[in-house]
Amino acid sequence: MNFETTIGLEVHVELKTNSKIFSPSPVKYGVEANANTNVIDWGYPGTLPTVNKQVIANGITAALALHADISRHPHFDRKNYFYPDNPKGYQVTENDIPAARNGWIEVKTANGTKKIGIEEMHVEEDAGKNTHGKTYSYVDLNRQGTPLIEIVSKAEMSSPQEAYDYLEGLRQRIQFTGISDVKMEEGSMRVDCNISIRPVGSDKLGQKVELKNLNSFNYVRKALAYEEVRQAQVLMSGGTIGAETRRYDELNGKTYLMRVKEGKDDYRYFPEPDLPSLDISEEWINELREALPEMPESRRKRYVEDMGLTEYDAMVLTQTKEMSDFFDKLIELGSDPKMASNYLQGDVNAYLNDKQVDLADTKITPEALATMIKMIMDKTISTKMAKKVFKAITDGKNPKQFVEEKGLVQLSDPAKLQPIIDEVLAANPQSIEDFNNGKDRAIGFLVGQIMKKTQGKANPSVVNKILMESLNK
Amino acid sequence: MTEKVNEATTQHIAGLAKLKLTEEQLPRFTEQLNDMLNMLDELGTVDTEGIEPTYSVTDRINVLREDVADNWGQRDALLANAPETTDGLIRVPTIIDESEDK
Amino acid sequence: MNYFDTDLESLHNQLVSGELTSEELTKQTIEKIKEQNESVQAYLTINDKAIEQAKAIDEAGIDPDSIFSGIPVALKDNLVTKEMKTTAASKMLENFTSIFDATVVEKLKAAGAVFVGKTNMDEFAMGSSTENSAFATTRNPWNLDTVPGGSSGGSAATVSAGQVLASLGSDTGGSIRQPAAFTGVVGMKPTYGRVSRWGLIAFGSSFDQIGPFTRNVKDNAHLLNVIAGHDEHDATSSLKEVPDFAEGIDQGVKGLKIALPKEFLGDGVKPEIKEAIQKAAETYKSLGATVEEVSLPNTKYGVMAYYVLASSEASSNLERFDGIRYGFRAPEVKNLEDLYVKTRSEGFGDEVKRRIMIGTFSLSAGSFDKYFKQAAKVRTKIINDFQKVFKDYDLIMTPTATSTAFKIGEESSDPMEMYLNDALTIPVNLAGLPGMSLPAGFSNGLPIGLQLIGRPFDEKTIYRAGYAFEQNTDFHKQTPAL
Repeated sequence: MNFETTIGLEVHVELKTNSKIFSPSPVKYGVEANANTNVIDWGYPGTLPTVNKQVIANGITAALALHADISRHPHFDRKNYFYPDNPKGYQVTENDIPAARNGWIEVKTANGTKKIGIEEMHVEEDAGKNTHGKTYSYVDLNRQGTPLIEIVSKAEMSSPQEAYDYLEGLRQRIQFTGISDVKMEEGSMRVDCNISIRPVGSDKLGQKVELKNLNSFNYVRKALAYEEVRQAQVLMSGGTIGAETRRYDELNGKTYLMRVKEGKDDYRYFPEPDLPSLDISEEWINELREALPEMPESRRKRYVEDMGLTEYDAMVLTQTKEMSDFFDKLIELGSDPKMASNYLQGDVNAYLNDKQVDLADTKITPEALATMIKMIMDKTISTKMAKKVFKAITDGKNPKQFVEEKGLVQLSDPAKLQPIIDEVLAANPQSIEDFNNGKDRAIGFLVGQIMKKTQGKANPSVVNKILMESLNK
Repeated sequence: MTEKVNEATTQHIAGLAKLKLTEEQLPRFTEQLNDMLNMLDELGTVDTEGIEPTYSVTDRINVLREDVADNWGQRDALLANAPETTDGLIRVPTIIDESEDK
Repeated sequence: MNYFDTDLESLHNQLVSGELTSEELTKQTIEKIKEQNESVQAYLTINDKAIEQAKAIDEAGIDPDSIFSGIPVALKDNLVTKEMKTTAASKMLENFTSIFDATVVEKLKAAGAVFVGKTNMDEFAMGSSTENSAFATTRNPWNLDTVPGGSSGGSAATVSAGQVLASLGSDTGGSIRQPAAFTGVVGMKPTYGRVSRWGLIAFGSSFDQIGPFTRNVKDNAHLLNVIAGHDEHDATSSLKEVPDFAEGIDQGVKGLKIALPKEFLGDGVKPEIKEAIQKAAETYKSLGATVEEVSLPNTKYGVMAYYVLASSEASSNLERFDGIRYGFRAPEVKNLEDLYVKTRSEGFGDEVKRRIMIGTFSLSAGSFDKYFKQAAKVRTKIINDFQKVFKDYDLIMTPTATSTAFKIGEESSDPMEMYLNDALTIPVNLAGLPGMSLPAGFSNGLPIGLQLIGRPFDEKTIYRAGYAFEQNTDFHKQTPAL
């Protein structure tokens, strides 16, 4: 029997704001446990929430990036459940009227571009964090109240790879809005999957299974792929799929039953009485629409059509907004697009990987890199010298000054090179003879001698040209 | 007077609220809940066609705070008030069932 | 000593002139409270630092521009304080001291008030008799066998007994006005949003308001002056300007149009109460106001809508009491589930559990539309009723309670009867309106309360009408024989 797969994803994205959604405590990690908490975050008796304006703005921005219909009167509801990391006993989220509905993104898949729908998008508060020991668990409320948006896709993906592609597309779009770092490894993006299979041709969806503990896009793809096969095996052997939540084990690549879902959870949602209603104005939405940065697809189109880059180059350059902005700045400063692209993908990426840092956290500036590229373009320095210059740039040095100080300026003037070449030729009659007898490697020897004489500063292509002219005279 | 909830429903509701009713309480609470719900029958007879619900009577709208971080410096006092702590963390009996992790 | 024959302005003058010090006053106040706390049991905590604090205020100098400078004031025990425990009369918070002060506490502190203690109440403000306290049974100073009303029974009783001149309570469905009526004092529930709820332990968040208890109307206006106003901590607190409630209080009621809704004088109301209210209506007429009968047809559903909505909100508001971060944690638990269930089952009293159950049920799958949403729609209808009346009238007058204070133990066994007790005060909370109870008669030696209801944020008219009534009657001058 052949099966087809249906996948829907729920993605939680942490917003990069200064303060929490309902309390002024800082949103910052890597601090002492509970250091960024106050009486509101602890759900103290008598405390009340106040809404962070930036969170609402960021929600609208995300909705714009996801082509979703923005609710003009969204409202917060309480979702009631007991858990140690949920200090009030309820999470404030949007249930009845979410921030936005009915969006979509275009995703590049192996079979071309596919539009994947977004059901709805909620703005809500994150919970604290539990860690577990043998006898005790421990609660840190630093994360409690961190603003989140939850993006619920439509169940429109038909393979693990497509789910992967959707996540990458979603990550990029959100990343380009600047509202979140969207990094799974840091927890600022979290993914839950729903997957079901059904016999090809069946018009009824199969029983869906929820997958949790997916810590990278790769694991998402692997877990879904495992689950596709597992479910097919269960069905083929006459079994049935249960309504259940399964966790993915990264070590052996399998999914394991976490919990059987007995009926629907009863969260007793109701409108949060502590927060007055919201009336989102057209002006505010327009203001945010105008401030929305150019999205990756549009940038890729520009790179390919206007600058002549390859699709692949355009793809790599639009991995992050920082990289793409950096590239745009290089072009604005007069760099050759191909060369700028090569440097970003080559030396810059290698450096970032090596140091495990983001572009924004380095001393590399577009101005410095553009200066270097210009020096390569006008042959002031060789690409070989550029390696040293790049290193200096990563140390925050001014490339022009560095080149001058180190005397790295390339010797490209034929009038200056000719006497040196003449000198070398005069000293090596044997090589000239070898060349005349058809031994090409003599050229290599002669170039080497010229380089030695110029301490490597001679422009190799100019040297080659003059040398050939001299030999063929 | 009709029985709207039985003891099983009462138990279920108590469970949602993390309450355990004693053997003595269960029938009493079930009866009282039924009394209450029977009284509330009349509520259902009110014609509310076309009436919007009122969930709040505040005169405010769009109450939004600027995104300025302010640490109130309450960490130590909060931890001192907690029943059990370890190394700046709140301590609870181990959470075995992770299923509700949100 | 007692506060029977004085008022805020004269005490203030004595303090300013140096005739009296805050230290002396506080000392005597505390002594009286201690002496009577075995009989009246108005307090759960008596502030052992009060005298010291009063002395500090004396030393800093009584502020002639702040009428509460050096004046002893009592707080209901659901207003959080850093310097005293805040228990909400629940085992859940038996040993809980908050780490911040409620906004009203901060404001009173800034005005120079001295806090003498925290008053008894129904657990988490759920009740109409103060019998639901986990710690004490407060008695009505007029007759120690009767209840002081509730849930702010302690705050009402301490003013009624002449132990203090002023106290704060909270009112979700009548918890200030009904005990004020039962104990013969003045109690105001301000408009929703008039006073910040920051630091008030929430019961029904869309209903709760903090308000003052005093011996007379003008003192009440003075206390509201101090606690009212916008607070950025409470998103529902109003930006409306706060007028001086005491200013112009003596302008009389000539030309004032007062409505008397017939639904509030129905069969459920005891005859002697109806009679007192009719007499009050005559008094107002004699003072130049017009009093006309009106109808608020949907208010009869008020109790039902209220019990669904307020209990639902309460069921959620009380989830934070889970034994994890503060307050009571049940000992010897096997696991987390056990911790939750034992803490909450041992920490909450029966009435609180009952409301949690009703609320949880109303919000649960399948019940929301039928109960919660329907109640919220009925709430709209009740609001519309009030709006219609206020188009033509400046004020509404009703009895505060259906009866005078009942005997201790008399109604606590029947929750339904207890719930109906608040039928006359609840509609005011549903609509978020200001309402005040003031003494308007006696029956068998027990006080009767008159409720005045105003337009949103028009506490001023209520005070003006209350003051006029008070000036022309002597109910407020009578004192309980303790």
